[in-house]
Amino acid sequence: MKSTILKIIFLNLLLISSLFASSFETDIDKLQTNSLKKKTQVVKELYEKYSEDERLNPLFRNMVSGDLYYKENNKTFVIITKKEGKNYHTTQLLDPSKMEVINKRDLDKVKTNNKLRSIIKGLLAEMNLFSKKYEIRLKSAKNILDNVSKDDEKLLNKALNLETNSKIKEVLLEAKTILDAKYKDGFEQIKAVTALGEYISSQSLATLKQIEASSDNEELKKVAAKSISSVESSRSFYSVIETAFFGLSQGSVLLLAAIGLAITFGVMKVINMAHGEMMMIGAYTTYTLQQIMPNLIEYSIFIAIPAAFIVSGIVGIIIERLVIRHLYGRPLETLLATFGISLILQQLVRTIYSPLNQEVKTPSWMSGAWEINSALSLTYNRLYIIIFALLVFIAILAVLNKTSLGLKVRAVTQNRQMAQAMGIKTSWIDAMTFGIGSGIAGIAGVALSQLTNVGPNLGQAYIVDSFMVVVFGGVGNLWGTLIGAVTLGEINKFIEPVAGAVLAKVIILIFIILFIQKRPRGLFPQKGRDAQD
Amino acid sequence: MKKMFAKAIVTSALLGGMLAHAADTIKVGVLHSLSGTMAISETTLKDTVLMLIDEQNKKGGVLGKKLEPVVVDPASNWPLFAEKMRGLLTQDKVDVTFGCWTSVSRKSVLPVVEELNGLLFYPVQYEGEESSKNVFYTGAAPNQQAIPAVDYLMNEIGVKRWVLAGTDYVYPRTTNKILESYLKAKGVKAEDIMINYTPFGHSDWQSIVSDIKKFGSAGKKTAVVSTINGDANVPFYKELGNQGISAEDIPVVAFSVGEEELSGIDTKPLVGHLAAWNYFQSAESDINEKFISTWKKFIKNDKRVTNDPMEATYIGFNLWVKAVEKAGTTDVDAVSKAIIGLEVPNLTGGTAKMLKNHHLTKPVLIGEIQEDGQFETVWSTEGEVAGDAWSDFLPASKDVIADWTAPVNCGNYNTVTKKCSGQNY
Repeated sequence: MKSTILKIIFLNLLLISSLFASSFETDIDKLQTNSLKKKTQVVKELYEKYSEDERLNPLFRNMVSGDLYYKENNKTFVIITKKEGKNYHTTQLLDPSKMEVINKRDLDKVKTNNKLRSIIKGLLAEMNLFSKKYEIRLKSAKNILDNVSKDDEKLLNKALNLETNSKIKEVLLEAKTILDAKYKDGFEQIKAVTALGEYISSQSLATLKQIEASSDNEELKKVAAKSISSVESSRSFYSVIETAFFGLSQGSVLLLAAIGLAITFGVMKVINMAHGEMMMIGAYTTYTLQQIMPNLIEYSIFIAIPAAFIVSGIVGIIIERLVIRHLYGRPLETLLATFGISLILQQLVRTIYSPLNQEVKTPSWMSGAWEINSALSLTYNRLYIIIFALLVFIAILAVLNKTSLGLKVRAVTQNRQMAQAMGIKTSWIDAMTFGIGSGIAGIAGVALSQLTNVGPNLGQAYIVDSFMVVVFGGVGNLWGTLIGAVTLGEINKFIEPVAGAVLAKVIILIFIILFIQKRPRGLFPQKGRDAQD
Repeated sequence: MKKMFAKAIVTSALLGGMLAHAADTIKVGVLHSLSGTMAISETTLKDTVLMLIDEQNKKGGVLGKKLEPVVVDPASNWPLFAEKMRGLLTQDKVDVTFGCWTSVSRKSVLPVVEELNGLLFYPVQYEGEESSKNVFYTGAAPNQQAIPAVDYLMNEIGVKRWVLAGTDYVYPRTTNKILESYLKAKGVKAEDIMINYTPFGHSDWQSIVSDIKKFGSAGKKTAVVSTINGDANVPFYKELGNQGISAEDIPVVAFSVGEEELSGIDTKPLVGHLAAWNYFQSAESDINEKFISTWKKFIKNDKRVTNDPMEATYIGFNLWVKAVEKAGTTDVDAVSKAIIGLEVPNLTGGTAKMLKNHHLTKPVLIGEIQEDGQFETVWSTEGEVAGDAWSDFLPASKDVIADWTAPVNCGNYNTVTKKCSGQNY
């Protein structure tokens, strides 16, 4: 009898609680508030209640990416899948099969800010630590390592037991070692602190420094100091590699910018002040192609490279035929005339495209970085540009040394009269050489469009640097240009951390002036009978 | 002969008509670069003034007279600014001028305006440390932009380590000097502040961003306060994105990145980073909506955006109109006297009041950059902040105030020595 009464009471309780019970569907409606503080509160509650619920993951994910909206009329949550002007394609959060196109005005965004996003990302990391996908697990493991706290210990132990991938295990182990070093005591702490000396991430270093500064245990301090010096020595090794990479990358940009000039200035002796504008035309070609083919952003670069070569090359040939042809042997007039052309080209671009900078999209395979380890990562766009610059260099070398056109170019530059006597059409060779030089500048413009602003002034920023490289490397020598570009890039990047960017530029300039005093013909002067013309 | 006579009559009639016409208008000078490097930003402000004049004329002008714009182009050439200003004041005899953007152009115009007793409204945020009798500063002083932004980062985000990054010229140098001493006064140690300057148009940010990354990985929350100018911003944010630094790790708060600057670039790497201004296009108020739609109609382009210096121009113009109506004349001295204490609505829903030091009261807004190039306000001051011409955080200007009313009547009055040190401080 008693037990039945109890049962009834219990059942009633259940009934009442289920009446007032909140469900996932109703609880998430609390996110429809403008107060970020309240939203933070709701997010934490949701995580506590529903961390096992698989609907929470898409909710959080879309909040972070800014795709979570709700309808103004019936407050249903929707996720934006595609934006077409004012019409947004949506699917419902709780029922992804329901798709709808809704006007922007009828939707409200679940707004977030940095603070809220980083909280959600932290929560997501904990949820995703057991995901099936390797990348997601690695990402969340790294996220946990970034802000590891005492509450994560249980989670880490569980993940360590289940994890099979060695790379993720390494990250998790480091996080756990940090926790041990911070919160364990006695022998275990000392062991953890010693172990941290093996890691090179900034989190380990920060933890060690904190322990060294705050601990009053002499032995612990000694061990920490030893670990710090071991971490720092390996970090400084990687930082030298990183700086060398930065220098190489700047060198490759300089090489790309200067190699076209090495042909027009070095081989043809034409001081072409419009060289920078050829790069600008190449960059604008990339922009125009992206405008024409908005669906092929990922491949636009590959189409842009030949296109920019052709467009800039043709512009170069036109300039040579119309202006420079009449000015050979008169460097001052060439300088002024090409300077005038550069101004005309800039203004032309301003008139056609507007004076504002244009947006060139970066393909996704070019963004991000290659993480070698936690102290060293190389950015993809720079990496590709280094490779690209070398390829262009090799191609030009091959054209000049292995083709009949290259043979004729070399013949004309070495002895014009003799070449003419042998039946070479020198004026045609002049035009082609100038065209190739300009075309290469156009290709450099494609690369630059991925690094800097595409605007009418793009070329001006690089023209001085290009001349510097060619003069430094030795006029008329492509190898000199390569060595000169890389040397200047490296010098600049190794000075910069010490002296600052402004002073580094000044020092480079002074260095080149002094160098030219000593060796007026550059690093690799041309030798032979025709060298002293 | 007869024909000639007729011609002469027509010409003289025309001339007479023009003279009569000229006497019936109030001339408004517009001194913004329409060519050269600053044209990108300043052309917009020229159009804004023309729009405001157009609107005012539709309402019947000022004091029963139509406003007549006199537009000149100083071509981003600083000495030319002074020359053009002299032309506006002596030949065109303008009653008021709206103009300048960069601090160096304002400094170049300053002696001319003071010598010829002109009237200039300057609409851009600047480094402070100035107050001229003839200039009204409708943009933000450092205490209306930089200091509140730092307060936000310190109190709301909990930032402990600071990178002050700027382009190498007067505005970033002065602002960073003020911020550095402000931070030190708040107990931030010297080793937690990193200051970095780069040349104009800097594009190779690899080592600087890598330094910032290393600086930020010391276990304390780090933020970048950026006074990086113009073109250099895009490669900077791109490099941040590529090296894996997100707005959640190390937020960047910028003082020179607005809607106009964002409209031509790939905003993906910028999303989530911050900017501090006194106005965002996204501000929700009826008056702002009206302003935006009038602007789009006037410029005949639905994609054009509005920005902070435009609002400053709007406030300056309305204050001037109100002051002229109050004074009943366009005389510079009378207008300058009448304008102090006047209030007009700003576009964010509050009011802007002209203070005795020729600066305004302004709300300070912190916004996060959105993917569409707009800002979402994440924090704002309770009310308006009074502009302070002379920073309280620099030892040299701590005791200096500006007060253009009797009995002080001085742009740089030292409250300790009770002396006015003259115009050219």
